[in-house]
Amino acid sequence: MEFSRVQFDEMKGTGGLTRPPYQKLSNWLAETPQDFLSSRRAQAELLFRRIGITFAVYGSKEATERLIPFDLLPRILSRTEWSVLEKGLVQRVRALNLFLADLYGPGEILKADVVPSELVYRNPAYRPEMAGRRTPHDVYVQIAGIDIVRTDDENFYVLEDNARTPSGVSYMLENREVMMRLFPDLFAMHQVAPIENYPDRLLATLRSVAPRNANHDPTIVLLTPGQYNSAFYEHSFLADKLGVELVEGRDLFVRDDVVYMRTTEGPRRVDVIYRRIDDDFLDPLVFRPDSALGVAGLMGAYYAGNVTLANAVGAGVADDKATYTYIPDAIRFYLGEEPILKNVPTWRCREKEALSYVLGHLDELVVKEVNGSGGYGMLVGPHATRAQIEEFEKKLTERPDNFIAQPTLALSTCPISVAQGLAPRHVDLRPFVLQGAKDICVVPGGLTRVAMTEKSLVVNSSQGGGTKDTWVVDDAPG
Amino acid sequence: MRMRVKHEISYRYSEPAKAAVQKLLVTPRNCNSQRVIAWRIEVDRDSRLRQVEDALGNIMHSFTVDGPFESLTTLVEGEVETFDTAGVVSGTIERFPLELFLRETPLTASNEQIRDFAKSACAGEAATLDRLHAVMAALHERMQLNRDATQEIECADVAFDKQAGHPLDLAHIYIACARALDIPARYISGYVARQDGSEARVEAHAWAEAFVAGLGWVGFDSSRKMSPDDSYVRVAVGLDHLGAAPVRAARTGGGDESMDIQLHVAMARAQSQN
Amino acid sequence: MLSRTADNLYWLARYMERADFLARVIKASRRLASLPKAYGGAESEWEGVLLSSGSVQAFHAAGRPLNEANVIEFLAFSPENPSSIRNCIGQARANARAVRTALTVEMWEAINDGYLEMQAIEQARAARSGEDLTRFLDFVKRVSLTYDGGANRTMLRNDAYWFSRVGLFIERADNTARLLDVKYQLLLPEKEVIGGSLDYFQWAAILRAVSAHTAYQWVYRESLKPWLVADLLILRPEMPRSLISCYESVVRYLDRLANTHGRQGPAQSHARAVYGKLENMSVEALFQGGLHEFVGAFISDNARLGALVSDQYLF
Repeated sequence: MEFSRVQFDEMKGTGGLTRPPYQKLSNWLAETPQDFLSSRRAQAELLFRRIGITFAVYGSKEATERLIPFDLLPRILSRTEWSVLEKGLVQRVRALNLFLADLYGPGEILKADVVPSELVYRNPAYRPEMAGRRTPHDVYVQIAGIDIVRTDDENFYVLEDNARTPSGVSYMLENREVMMRLFPDLFAMHQVAPIENYPDRLLATLRSVAPRNANHDPTIVLLTPGQYNSAFYEHSFLADKLGVELVEGRDLFVRDDVVYMRTTEGPRRVDVIYRRIDDDFLDPLVFRPDSALGVAGLMGAYYAGNVTLANAVGAGVADDKATYTYIPDAIRFYLGEEPILKNVPTWRCREKEALSYVLGHLDELVVKEVNGSGGYGMLVGPHATRAQIEEFEKKLTERPDNFIAQPTLALSTCPISVAQGLAPRHVDLRPFVLQGAKDICVVPGGLTRVAMTEKSLVVNSSQGGGTKDTWVVDDAPG
Repeated sequence: MRMRVKHEISYRYSEPAKAAVQKLLVTPRNCNSQRVIAWRIEVDRDSRLRQVEDALGNIMHSFTVDGPFESLTTLVEGEVETFDTAGVVSGTIERFPLELFLRETPLTASNEQIRDFAKSACAGEAATLDRLHAVMAALHERMQLNRDATQEIECADVAFDKQAGHPLDLAHIYIACARALDIPARYISGYVARQDGSEARVEAHAWAEAFVAGLGWVGFDSSRKMSPDDSYVRVAVGLDHLGAAPVRAARTGGGDESMDIQLHVAMARAQSQN
Repeated sequence: MLSRTADNLYWLARYMERADFLARVIKASRRLASLPKAYGGAESEWEGVLLSSGSVQAFHAAGRPLNEANVIEFLAFSPENPSSIRNCIGQARANARAVRTALTVEMWEAINDGYLEMQAIEQARAARSGEDLTRFLDFVKRVSLTYDGGANRTMLRNDAYWFSRVGLFIERADNTARLLDVKYQLLLPEKEVIGGSLDYFQWAAILRAVSAHTAYQWVYRESLKPWLVADLLILRPEMPRSLISCYESVVRYLDRLANTHGRQGPAQSHARAVYGKLENMSVEALFQGGLHEFVGAFISDNARLGALVSDQYLF
């Protein structure tokens, strides 16, 4: 597995010549004085603070509500680049749904030995409670966030699938609103594909997956763990945009396998729950008994087919980092197609040969815990200290099953605007894919996450990463 | 042996409760070691009892009750004929591959001490069945048995460290040991008849089953150092206590902080039949 | 509307009103305490302040000596006092944040800015002087006025508005009634002395605590008479903090709720009964039956209404 070590910048390519999608932006920047950008940066900060868009950070007492850094310069993809991505994303999410329906149903892919069955059954994200039950319309992942990175002009890789409760879409939408207010001229120059219909599409998706016995105007709610959750802003933002109630577990109750919410006018039946709570906390009668966030009896209503949960319980088994390595095979297995988007090559440490390779090359590789998230429990070899490497050596030898390893890709960079001018920073992209009962769609673009510190590869907002607006623009003629 | 079981589960609230939900796994199924003659569940409040089968094949009942009410009692009563099969279980519903029963759960997670203990306990044995018996004996030796039903449920490693626990703690540790030895294992809840002086008593109980190639699932009760015989009624199976607990309940109202929930398990008699 | 949303709006309004009331009481009491002893200024005044804010037990539990500085600290800033101004604003903001989408931008900003500024004040607290305290108390009044104005001018007139108004007026009635409950002895008729009575300044302090000092002059056009003070605070509909005026509003907004929900309930019927009692009362009858008893009964009636609203709408 050889990877180009040459740094690819999405604006300047590898040779320093501005790439076509960035041509207009580049010209504009050349004519724009630096203090104009500085004043816009200050305005952007003010706007975000006023909106109250904050992100709670675990474990840091003084800054429990922090603003996510926002960079002014858009990340631009050409229509041609996007069409390939879009097809690949649709293909991948279709396969994820078929995969889950199979794992909780007949298990064909296990019988065919394409995916090792112990990987599924020993995985804590696999929920035996769901085995042999069908979800409404057989959809498991209604809302997916697929993390994409690129290394050069042509190659996009899937870094990670998020099939549980992917977050970040509120930043995608707010970033665009703020950009349109700050830079109307830039938008006039570019033909940027709109994303403001995302809430409409999401609502249509949620309506389409309502239980078959629900009436034609199903009641949809968004279930949040509450205002102290790190993504609470997003929950309330989305509920507002969707025009649905933002509920906590205590607002819901179950009577005879039907879910109701408590309103001032009495109980009201609930048909679809867009839940932003992990499986473990959904129902204290089935999962963690100490959970006060969920709804007692919810799973009973779910089994009875009286309510749709989006995403489905147990969907996490498909986005686990160990399962991830098998998704291209799943695409071939279910769809009979070659995967359009590649995986980042991955060593499964559960395999002996892979493990010994990984142990021998820890200083070059990125090692990830299969159940970790948010950039925690991760080793970035080239940036690690001796002690960190030794710690992972020990962990890997003890529980090889718990880890995968990937090469440190030369992730693409995008320029960000800093006080001195422009500076390249690593980026990734999280497009959001919506799978309804029949239709599947991707809103053009997604959330670009950017590592705000130089050379850093970690883009997670919990670790100081920032965001950018993401534009899909028509190809320049000729 | 013919056994009659009467199991009363009562909750009392300091203030009237507004509503309650319960999920019950209290109904045994037929298998090679038992035949259910009669079984019924009665809730002392107006409610609709619904029955489904859970993923592991247990018969699950659930109901919701609307308040206000100050107490809630669920009565489980029935009669079973049991047979001694030397702990070997067959004729049960098995939907999952064995890998599922190798999976660690928070209650059955092993640590280094448990793994070392399991390995050294069966060091002299080669056959799986002998290894499992050796672990059962060693665990019985190590752990002080505590029958106080109100004691809190702990994770396997905590109870292991204390060297004391309820039968369900012993089952969890046993499962952790077996899984550490790469032997599929699971948790069983049920009843056991015990000779207490001249009187035979039936108690709620918990033990483990482990999988032995060639034999199938075999029961191991480390709290009594034996494989289940005809004094056992096998009710529900799970990966751990949470998956097989007889009752899981929640309620709204009933007082803010002054929760007064107690699980009373009153037992009837057992009789031997010649 | 979600019951929890209604609950949050209701409590949000109550906390804002309580913070405002505390600020006014502290201000009036400081003024009184600064007078020479012969004019009624006394340390014992501060015990009364604790009583009327319902936090006397909490104060004694904290184990500090009863003096002006400690009481003000406890009522204004103490994190241990659940109904200190600081905690009221903190609670109001927590409630507001939970129902962010049910508020208008103006209301949210009033609370959020107030909360942020309060935190800044807390940071600089070590060097607090009397002047700082005055500024803080004025700031609190300003926050509650801005919030109230925001609500009044920008909120849709629907159940969200009505629930928050019901909360506001129940809290306001409770505050006025507690103030009367603590000071009732001062208002008994035998206390009447013309002009320079010791109690004169106490009566004035009561009126100041509910911002009615000027109002009194406009309504009665005569010097302070204790029974007129009681009349003003209990029975005069034109006085916005009087019990009767609060209940006129409570009844009105509960009726709006009942109309939207198509159902009159126990809360409406109880509120109408309390309102009726006030309407049919005269100041003479009030003193005949015992002011203390009357106010005591009102406080429990008002608390009962709070419970009925909870039962009926908030679960």
